Amino acid sequence: MKHLWLNAYADIVESLRARWFLVYTAVFGGLVVLLFAYGLAESRIMGFTGLSRLLLTYIQLTMAILPVFVLVTTVRSVAGDREAGVFEYLLSLPITLSAWYWGKMLGRFLMVFMPVFLAMIGAIVWGVIKGAAMPWAMLIYYTGLLMVLAWCFLGIGMLISTIARTSDVAQGAAFVVWLTLLLFLDLILLGIMIQEQLPAETAVAIALANPMQVFRTASMMLFDPQLVLLGPSAYVILDSFGQSGYIAYALIYPMLLGTLCAGIGYLIFRRTDLP
Amino acid sequence: MIQFEGVVKRFRRNQVLKGVNLTIERGHRVALVGSNGAGKTTLIRCLLGEYTCEGRVLVDGMDPRQQRSAVLSKVGFVPQLPPPLKMPVRQLVRFAASLCGADPQRMEQVAVRLGLDMERFHGQPFVKLSGGQKQKLLIAIALGRDSELLVLDEPAANLDPEARHIFFQLLAEKKDTAAMLISSHRLDEVASLVNRVVEMDQGNLVLDDRVADLVDLSSSLWCRIRLIQPEAAFAKTIGDWHFRGSDGERAWEGYVAGPDRLRFLGVLARYAALIAAISMEEADTERARAAVPGT
Repeated sequence: MKHLWLNAYADIVESLRARWFLVYTAVFGGLVVLLFAYGLAESRIMGFTGLSRLLLTYIQLTMAILPVFVLVTTVRSVAGDREAGVFEYLLSLPITLSAWYWGKMLGRFLMVFMPVFLAMIGAIVWGVIKGAAMPWAMLIYYTGLLMVLAWCFLGIGMLISTIARTSDVAQGAAFVVWLTLLLFLDLILLGIMIQEQLPAETAVAIALANPMQVFRTASMMLFDPQLVLLGPSAYVILDSFGQSGYIAYALIYPMLLGTLCAGIGYLIFRRTDLP
Repeated sequence: MIQFEGVVKRFRRNQVLKGVNLTIERGHRVALVGSNGAGKTTLIRCLLGEYTCEGRVLVDGMDPRQQRSAVLSKVGFVPQLPPPLKMPVRQLVRFAASLCGADPQRMEQVAVRLGLDMERFHGQPFVKLSGGQKQKLLIAIALGRDSELLVLDEPAANLDPEARHIFFQLLAEKKDTAAMLISSHRLDEVASLVNRVVEMDQGNLVLDDRVADLVDLSSSLWCRIRLIQPEAAFAKTIGDWHFRGSDGERAWEGYVAGPDRLRFLGVLARYAALIAAISMEEADTERARAAVPGT
């Protein structure tokens, strides 16, 4: 266990000095600054004002940016480290493969979650200082969503990094995965497939399996309880699950998916060549 | 201590190791030589448990893949190309020492002996150090603990003559208790460090020979050179070996580490037409140590 934490800490130290982390932090920090600069905390839409409105917009933007960011930065840095000889050296030290892999996953999770979370907390603190009401329930729910979103795509990224032997292949594969998930959002390809008489059960199954769709539905549920903006399959899903049921699903499924992908990645990692 | 039994390694259709059989005991200092693509790095990676392979690799009867921690806690490894780690120097030392259950102070002391100013560089990212400084730190991490097997891939390539001298002394301190596997493209780079030479070619062992073990790793030679005429290029080169010039830079004298004699003569060979006289004799070790800082 000590080695797992040591490796997590080492990965955090490495990431703090990496260029991807600077860009990543700047993007999410900049996003919050932009939202304030455009006076979003003072605007009103469909009954949401102040910090609730700001949080809604922030989470929507995050849902769009975070998956591709996490995927690409994870595969680039992990596969890049392997190519550059970092694995060759560090794995010559007496550390177990499980401590190495899960320590890296843990450290990387903190590094992708914390900037997004801290930017959101920064926005909340600033809003409260300005006298806005604190939307506690929404903050807790969105924090949970962000955690499982980061974990889910990190798990997928670790799996791709393990399978792909070069950073170019890994980056290409990550982009294809992201594009596929994006295309199968309710209002894009899935919507067209429903128009073309795709069975309703299949459409719902695809929507439930696609983590990007799950996050989109989950984040907009509070904003648009009838889900009229989201498309037909989300409407059916909410009808079957109910709001509380879907909230639980949106938090549990991506966490399991991320863990499953990372777990498969680990099994492949320990059975194949390491560097 | 180390056994390779019918080790075969394939990358898709390409067979890189073709049934390697090799046994290395404690006290063996093996030069692993061969051209690019001979299979040296692959063999080392199999030994470190980083590659899966057919056949058996055993270190003290243990499989480095299945019993990683137990095997690798005995191994000090210096790679040919330093990894581009961004963590600060002291943090890297502490990280490695924690994983190995070693004392970071001991690793730092070895780094200081090799001429790396730890106080100056402790907060600097490892990747920002020069090639020689990185090499010194990696050697310090490998030798600054109780390693029983040293796996060194072109270990002294980036070191200056002073650091090489101290590096040879560090190896001398371990020569009876550890096995050493020193990989190099060129035998003359490592010849005087080893007592056995293993040559690889296209995945096969083509030579396994014992060599005379007459050079004391910690010895020094007192060397005098007389030139036909002063030459600026020679003065610069010999200055790197910390020789002192006299008689209008026509005469030069200084110490050369015993195992470095072949390398030194190789350098002199470039200026053969300039050299009027040369003498080399075994020096008093204590005097030589006094002349070489850090020893």
